Order: sequence, then structure tokens, then C-alpha cells
Amino acid sequence: MAAAAVLLLTACSGGPNGGAAEAGTVTVFGTASLTEAFTEVGRRFEAAHPGVDVRFSFGASSALVDQVRNGAPADVVATADEAAMRPLVAAGLVAEPTLFARNRLAMVTARGNPKALRSLADLSRRGLTVVLCAVEVPCGRLAAQAFARAGVEVQPKSYEANVKAVVSKVALGEADAGVVYVTDVKAAAAQVEGVDIPAEHNVTTSYPLARVRTARSPKRAAAFAAFVVSGEGRRVLLEFGFEAP
Amino acid sequence: MSRRTGERPPWAVVALAATAALFFVAPLAGLLLRTPWSGLGRELAGGEVREALVLSLVCSLAATAVSAVLGIPLAWALARVPFPGRTLVRALTTLPMVLPPVVGGVALLFAFGRAGVIGQWLDRVAGVSLPFTTAGVIVAETFVAMPFLVITAEAGFRSADPRLEEAARTLRAGRWAVFRRVTLPMVRPSLVAGAVLCWARALGEFGATITFAGNFPGRTQTTPLKVYLLLENDPDAALVLSLVLLAVSLAVLIGLRSRWLGQA
Repeated sequence: MAAAAVLLLTACSGGPNGGAAEAGTVTVFGTASLTEAFTEVGRRFEAAHPGVDVRFSFGASSALVDQVRNGAPADVVATADEAAMRPLVAAGLVAEPTLFARNRLAMVTARGNPKALRSLADLSRRGLTVVLCAVEVPCGRLAAQAFARAGVEVQPKSYEANVKAVVSKVALGEADAGVVYVTDVKAAAAQVEGVDIPAEHNVTTSYPLARVRTARSPKRAAAFAAFVVSGEGRRVLLEFGFEAP
Repeated sequence: MSRRTGERPPWAVVALAATAALFFVAPLAGLLLRTPWSGLGRELAGGEVREALVLSLVCSLAATAVSAVLGIPLAWALARVPFPGRTLVRALTTLPMVLPPVVGGVALLFAFGRAGVIGQWLDRVAGVSLPFTTAGVIVAETFVAMPFLVITAEAGFRSADPRLEEAARTLRAGRWAVFRRVTLPMVRPSLVAGAVLCWARALGEFGATITFAGNFPGRTQTTPLKVYLLLENDPDAALVLSLVLLAVSLAVLIGLRSRWLGQA
């Protein structure tokens, strides 16, 4: 009896942040471009909430949404644009999403920019091996918008399944150029070089974050979501190249 | 075949066999139940769907042909020629079977990619670039599928009776004639079985293809890649495409079994 009372008390005491993030796991599905930033956010969240283990699954937004629709055990979902989150909202699978960060596109190429890329128009150069994200994923949709704005037609050699695959192909030297987010360029700075896209052609996207209604621990999910939009979470995101929502 | 009256197969075996059969039937049943039969025609008429199917068939058949041309001699050598390092070569040829396909794709990039060990040379000397091309798809599929043909063919060559070949030689038949008229007919069932396995594996290949050859409609977007991308955005079309591929595969497998493998 006394043991049960003690257990109850410790469960209710909560962490130093006052939020009741009791020990356990929180599963976060994040879009590929959030890989580095969210991993750091997770580390800091675990430090602030001892006993909580953050498990990540990173992938293309559309793939993650599909998994959640099929019952994957996510507590929190973060996609790269609102269009990707829409099916989950429409199906009533998630609570109202919050926009927590913004990102914009950049061109990525080999270090030293050997092909001397300056603008989006350079991507339509003959003989250049360009890879883009598939239009089914957010970064592919956005790249298409940017090309439309710049009045450029680009013939890529391949449409990759997620943004990190584009970075890999360029980093491996298989592709000369690709279009990814500025945060991906920053994350892979040791292997690739970014080329800015002028503001009048560039597109920005707002990242939504939502708690899954069937989350194993709604409290832990809420605590993580709150941490992401808190001052510290925001600082981490800015550090990795994201912009304020 | 006669059975002693009253003797039935052990129930444990029957139960396990039934479970195994269910394991294979259930996903197929699920696919058939979820298919949007009414919209079938509309989905199939889509240009990109047809493109993916044609590309898949062409590449898988080409991969099987390459695997046969290269793999049968290799299988023969592994079975009949006691060369040094044979065990190692055999192990290496079966490596793609245990390697995760994406890892295989990355390995292919390091070998035949633009910056690859052989790829660099190919690019400079012959102007040939394999990644992002249909030829690249065939290379990726051959890499993952050839081991199936080699293993089956090697088993066939090993089990072929050498005395028949020796008899033919004593009757003054040349080596090629012996191979063509004595050995090949003996191992034909193994070769066909190996080729079918090889073709099936090539048809379903995804990881190595998307990593090495990329994904571009009409050029490198084979059916598995198309299904993967469609699944997230247009599940109905993905289902239809899966069904078509399944139907084609079943047709070939069932058709071949009776005619070429000599089974009831």
C-alpha cells in the first residue's frame, strides 16, 4: 500500500520544467531535413527530462504520414510542409498542428563549386547531372515552384525519394547539383557546398508539428511538442539553419 | 502413387504447412480485396504506369539474359574446375544474396559510379556512364539476381552424371558438342529454375536500383519504384500496379512450371 502511494507521488511530481514528463519513451516521426536539428533537440529534451527516452524515425514526410495512417506508433509528427500534414488532420489522426520553423531552398553542389553554378538557370545547362526530390515529397514540390518562379526548366537525371538522398548523391560525386534545404547544406557542410537561390525565386516552407491522438503517452508527447517551440528548442533550430516560423 | 489405406499425414505437419500456405495467401488476398476494381481501367491507362511496367519487364529480362551468359559459365567452372580460390569465389558470388540491396547499390556506385574504381575509367575511356541510365538498372538487377542462377546452375552441373559425358567423348564427340547435346539437356531443369528465380528477383529489385540507377520515369523508374512513390500519394494506383505485376509474375511462373520444369 505504502509502495503504491510512493509510486503515485513520484509519477505526479513531474520534471524540473513543471511539465509531467514521466519516465518512458516518446516516438517522434520527423521529416528527413530535421534529422540533425531534431536529434539535438532530443538530446536536450532528454537532459531536461531524465528518464525520458526520445526515439526518432526520420524519412520523407509523405512516407511518415503514410506510416502513421497505417497505425505506426508515433507520438509526435513533424513534416516539411503543411500539405504533407493535411491528410493526417483530415483523418482526425492528429491534434491541431503548430508551425514551429521555416526553411528555404538552396542549390547544393560539390565543394569548390567546380561547375560554377550561380543561379537556378545554370541547372538547365546541358551535360550537368542534376538530381531533385520526387514531386511527391515536399522538397520536390517546392523546387518545382522555385523553377516556375525563375522561369527555368530543369531535366534531372533522377527524382530521389527524400532530400537526404539528393545530398548523398551530390556528396558521393554521382550528381553535379541538386536542390535541397539550406539546413541540409549546413548539415553536410564538410562534404558539399551550397549556392544561394535569390529571394525572388526562392520558396519558403513552414514546418508543422502535431501530436498524434493515439499517442502512447499524451503527456510526454505534449512535453516534447512544448519543448520544440520553447526558447531552447527554437535556439537549437536556429543554430541548424532553420528560421523562425 | 498409392497410399496405404488409413494412413494420414501427421497433423503437426499439416498444421504447419497450412500456416505456411496462409502466410503466403493472406497478403495476396488482402491485395485482391483492397483493389479498386471499378477504377481499374482508368488506372491502367495511365502512361506512367505502362512505362514502369514495360521498363520492368525489359530490364528484368535483360538482366536474366546477362546473368545466363555470364552465370552459366561461372556455374560450370565452380562445379567442374578445381581452380585455386574456388571456395572464395563461390562465397563472393553468393554475397549479393545476403547483402541488403541498398548496400549493394552503394557498393555498385563505388565500383561503377562516376567516381568509382571502374566507373571512372569507363567514363574517361568509353564515355559510358552507368548511374541514372537504363543500363544501370540492368547492372543493378543483374548484381542482385545472378547469384540465384549461379547457385541453381552449379547444383545442376554437380548432379549431372559425368559418365554420360565421358561416354559421349569416347564416341568421338567434341567438347562443345558434348556440352550442347549431353550436359545441357541434363541440367536444363536446373538452368530454367535458376533463370526463373533470377528473373523474379530482378523484377522485384528496389534498393539497389534506386541507389545506383536513380528514379526517372521511362528511364529508370521500374515498377517497384513507382509503387513505392505512388503508395504515399495515390494508394489506389499503387494497388493496381502491384496487382498487374503480380499477375504477370504468376502467369510466367505457372506457365513455365509445367512446360519446362517437367513437373505435373
